[in-house]
Amino acid sequence: MLKPMSVVREAIAGDEADDAMAERVAAGRAREQVKAGRKVLPIVEGVVLVAALLAPLVLQDYLTVFATRVIILALFALSFDLVWGYAGIMSFGQALFFGSAGYGVALLARDLDITNIFLVLPAGTLIGLAFALLLGGFLLLGRHPSSVIFVSLGTLTGSYAADRLARGWYYLGGQNGIPSIAPMSLGSYEFSEGPAFYYLVLGVLVVVYLLCRVLVRSQFGLALAGLRENEQRIAFFGYKAQHLKAIIFAIGGAIAGLAGSLYAFHEGFVWPNMVGVVVSTQVVLYVLFGGSGTLIGAVIGTVIVEGVSFWLSDNYRDVWPIILGLLLLLVILFRPLGLISFVLGERERVGSFGEKPKEKRNAAS
Amino acid sequence: MPLLEAAGIKKVFGKLTALDGAALTVGENEFHGLIGPNGSGKSTLMKCIAGAELPTQGKVSFVNTDITAFTPTERARAGMSLKFQITSVLPSLTLYDNILLALQAQCSLFDLVLSRTRRRLHDQVMTMLRQFRLADRAFDAAAALSHGQQQWLEIAMALAGKPKLLLLDEPTGGMSLEERRVTGELLQPIKQHCSLVIVEHDLDFIRDICDRLTVLDQGKVLASGTVSEIQANTSVQEIYLRRA
Repeated sequence: MLKPMSVVREAIAGDEADDAMAERVAAGRAREQVKAGRKVLPIVEGVVLVAALLAPLVLQDYLTVFATRVIILALFALSFDLVWGYAGIMSFGQALFFGSAGYGVALLARDLDITNIFLVLPAGTLIGLAFALLLGGFLLLGRHPSSVIFVSLGTLTGSYAADRLARGWYYLGGQNGIPSIAPMSLGSYEFSEGPAFYYLVLGVLVVVYLLCRVLVRSQFGLALAGLRENEQRIAFFGYKAQHLKAIIFAIGGAIAGLAGSLYAFHEGFVWPNMVGVVVSTQVVLYVLFGGSGTLIGAVIGTVIVEGVSFWLSDNYRDVWPIILGLLLLLVILFRPLGLISFVLGERERVGSFGEKPKEKRNAAS
Repeated sequence: MPLLEAAGIKKVFGKLTALDGAALTVGENEFHGLIGPNGSGKSTLMKCIAGAELPTQGKVSFVNTDITAFTPTERARAGMSLKFQITSVLPSLTLYDNILLALQAQCSLFDLVLSRTRRRLHDQVMTMLRQFRLADRAFDAAAALSHGQQQWLEIAMALAGKPKLLLLDEPTGGMSLEERRVTGELLQPIKQHCSLVIVEHDLDFIRDICDRLTVLDQGKVLASGTVSEIQANTSVQEIYLRRA
């Protein structure tokens, strides 16, 4: 145990008995809160996981293909959620990292015949990371903090510029993009659409989700919470706020890159929209709809927005975008914390970063 | 050699000259009060020292280093800490997490990602909370605290990084008499390791706690000296009577 500050020792000498009591009360209260609220999140996560595991068994083949696409987009949504929901960086250009990785792996497959999963997925991740480091370094790493408007317009412009560039560049296939990408492979096995691809991307999503979960619940996650709530305040504590932002932005870019490379191989082609503003906005909607600042909210938001669009476009061929738009507006107006806030309380959403109360009791005794 | 020396500080906002050659010198383990009528430039001077504003002219030295152009982060890392005038605790986090956030500010990124200092800092968090009489609320959200308690939490956060100099902008604003008295008590022990610059309207509070005072009027230093010197100063009496 570290020696407490001398000052502090003096200050507490007088009322140690009261303090011990107070601490027990606090620990008791914390345990009650844990009992009252902590359980919802793991239950929601468990339900979503079980549903995802069972989906290919009950869905028709064409729906499994659709579900695979949704899982990849959920992975993409996680990347935006980390950046916006956790660190408060408004990235309106997340598709830049998603799409550039897609183009990157498509080129690897087309020009170099590289389709090995252990090469293309890391390559895609690195492309996303590199682009995010470049753009993030430019937008976030000034000597003084950059404004939200500057960052959102900067990312938006990046995404728009990439879209225009892809449309005009013959090497990248221009308007048509790069069609007929060879399937991703592992030795002689080729991943084609269907249950195998579905479980592959589900596995990737679960692993990335768990890593993100550890990250946002770590002390680094606490620093992110400070960044999101009051960037100026934490700078006065001595945090290098701009560095924190650039790091989480780069991690977000890497995850978007991973998602983008899976998407390219799953769809079998890449096209300029994939780096553009439409996809960038789409991911914002997924996360706002499901609930930003919770990882599971991003996943649920993606599933529901994509699921509802799919169903609406089948049943209301002409007016479905209007219905979807209204639905999104209603949620954002009346549930600014997203659908997840119906079941998840504020305390549990923000979470607690210190040692668990049970350990605290041991430490106190 | 003084701990902090601000000299010739001028700050202009558009057509308004908020500070016009103001100066402040604070020694080690000194409690220094900054007083003056409304609009005399006290808060602006604090901001120029803390780095929230950059002075138009002038120089700020801290521990023999020219920090005039330092960012707030660099100043914090040099050992300076600021409690804002408007309480800026992080309302949705628990008290515990607010303090932990302040304590871990200078941990390495690696330690933060792996949560390697969580256990080590636990005792320090609880000690700070006990010191500021907040231990029984440790796991409540900071938003649930009374205004006075939020001020204490904020002072605790400002002290967490063990600064050499603490800048307090109106720490007793909006507090009851009893809360003010307790605030004075809470601040006394820090004198052993930390200097204090305090902006405050409550002159009784200032008199009880400070060693030296600087009086600002219209962006300039009107007088500076020990509490009794300032009390005897006729021009200080005059500006306070004039505006009373």
